[in-house]
Amino acid sequence: MSELLEIAPELAVQTGIMLQIVGLGMLIGGAGGLVVGTGLYVTRHGGILAQPVLFWLLNLVVNTFRPIPFIIFMAAIQPLARLVVGTGIGNPAAIFAISLAATFGIARIVEQNLVSVDPGVIEAARAMGAGPWRIIRTVVLPEALGPLVLGYTFAVIAVVDMSAVAGLLGGTGLGNYAITYGYRQFDDLITWSALVVIVVIVQLVQLLGNVLARRVLRR
Amino acid sequence: MPHVRLDEVTKVFRPRSRRDSPVTAVDRVSLDIERGEVFAVIGYSGAGKSTLVRLINGLEPVTSGVVEIDGVPISALPARALRRQQQGIGMIFQRFHLLRSRTVAKNVAYPLEVVGTPRAEREARVAELLEFVGLAQKAAAYPEQLSGGQQQRVGIARALAAKPSLLLADEATSALDPETTAEVLDLLGRVNRELGVTVVVITHEMEVVAQVADRVAVMDAGRVVEHGSTYEVFTAPQTPTAQRFVRTVVRALPEGEELAALRAAHEGRFFTISFSDAGASEARVFGALARAGVDFNLVHGGVDDIRGRVYGLLTIAVRGPEEAVAAALAQVGPGVQITETGR
Ligand SMILES: Nc1ncnc2c1ncn2[C@@H]1O[C@H](COP(=O)(O)OP(=O)(O)OP(=O)(O)O)[C@@H](O)[C@H]1O
Ligand SMILES: [Mg+2]
Repeated sequence: MSELLEIAPELAVQTGIMLQIVGLGMLIGGAGGLVVGTGLYVTRHGGILAQPVLFWLLNLVVNTFRPIPFIIFMAAIQPLARLVVGTGIGNPAAIFAISLAATFGIARIVEQNLVSVDPGVIEAARAMGAGPWRIIRTVVLPEALGPLVLGYTFAVIAVVDMSAVAGLLGGTGLGNYAITYGYRQFDDLITWSALVVIVVIVQLVQLLGNVLARRVLRR
Repeated sequence: MPHVRLDEVTKVFRPRSRRDSPVTAVDRVSLDIERGEVFAVIGYSGAGKSTLVRLINGLEPVTSGVVEIDGVPISALPARALRRQQQGIGMIFQRFHLLRSRTVAKNVAYPLEVVGTPRAEREARVAELLEFVGLAQKAAAYPEQLSGGQQQRVGIARALAAKPSLLLADEATSALDPETTAEVLDLLGRVNRELGVTVVVITHEMEVVAQVADRVAVMDAGRVVEHGSTYEVFTAPQTPTAQRFVRTVVRALPEGEELAALRAAHEGRFFTISFSDAGASEARVFGALARAGVDFNLVHGGVDDIRGRVYGLLTIAVRGPEEAVAAALAQVGPGVQITETGR
């Protein structure tokens, strides 16, 4: 018990860092994924702003980068991180890599959820003289909101997973703490404490997502 | 000037893949739809009815020909101008297409948001519309909490929100049971009479046409094969397609096996009696026969109400001396055609 009290302050600090990395990654990657996913949805064949060439391009980019294992992606993207955030190491570089990877992953989730919106309601909005942007804003996104909330919940968990390997670029956070101080130094207490905190956070996120989705879907 | 004018309108869908051939969904259709009338388009599945309405409100561009609304060539407008025209045309759908993310009131408000009506005015208009369709107490409900008939009434309220002069109804009652269908058709009738809105009703059910339409066009394989007043088309359909539709509601004359079976079951000479309104009725025919002491019975047919006008098509078997029969039939009077059914 006293040992747990001893590591508690550091555990709290590292949890805070992880939440920050996940939060920023979700904020940037979530927005990027929304834009790219919506882009895929509207430019596809028969979409409200059908643009075959643009669709092909977006699709190619997403298909190329999404399947790359994150740990490799993060290493490969380092030069780009240096260019964009000014450094190839540390938490900023990790957040950059996570945001980018999350953008591609979330783009697909968004696209899939938008595709499932009943084309009939879009037709109805068009019949009332609504323009494409208005339809995206007031029909497509609100109608898909329930599944989108669940999709984003799923994405948060994937981003927590990504944040665990931030240490590879010299980043910190709960994952790095568990590996560096727990696993590598045979300190099971640290490993298990970090694990419990992660599990609790993931459960809370899932719970929140479920409650929100149920609210939106009214069931 | 007609409210809607179609001039040689054609729509060809390009094939999805190279193996398929193009589909001519609408083929050189010319029609005038007058202001304030209820115009029906009837046809079998795949006849091109939905494509035709979608050409009328510009949801689909024409391949060739001209669509004019109030003299404005809708088929030639750029996107922005087209959208402004569409704001003046209401449309309702078979599956309602209400926004599930919005309450009934917010659904009805949607077209008003599109045209930029200020909030207070919007709320007043929504309340007025929900009153009109009898759903004032459902304003805060979500679509899934309503029955099909109620959802369609919301659809109608929404379609009317921006005060269109034209309402297009694509199979608006096809997902509803007969009683609810009657309610919705009633409401469309009120929209037409009380608000003076021109209504175009797409359907594959002749009952719908009989109940609401002033005029009807019959479509088959992309072409309008016949059009005229509902009464004309019902009482004297010219094309086989129209005849088949009419037969679904008006019992046609017995032919072939059916006629042979009737002859086997009933003695006497068979006569076909047809009459339309203008004072004629089956009572007058039967009365004349009874007074002449001729024995008869009704073996086939019935009397229909088409847009409030009577149309009867009966086959009777008559027994008695030839002169008495002839004399009795001569007394029936004008407005009734009587012909002996051939063998
Ligand atoms: N977007 C489209 N792309 C390709 N072909 C189409 C398209 N829309 C309709 N068609 C074809 O055009 C023809 C007419 O279709 P339409 O939907 O207008 O018929 P309909 O009379 O409304 O039939 P239903 O009673 O089944 O609704 C059909 O052969 C259909 O397959
Ligand atoms: Mg149709």
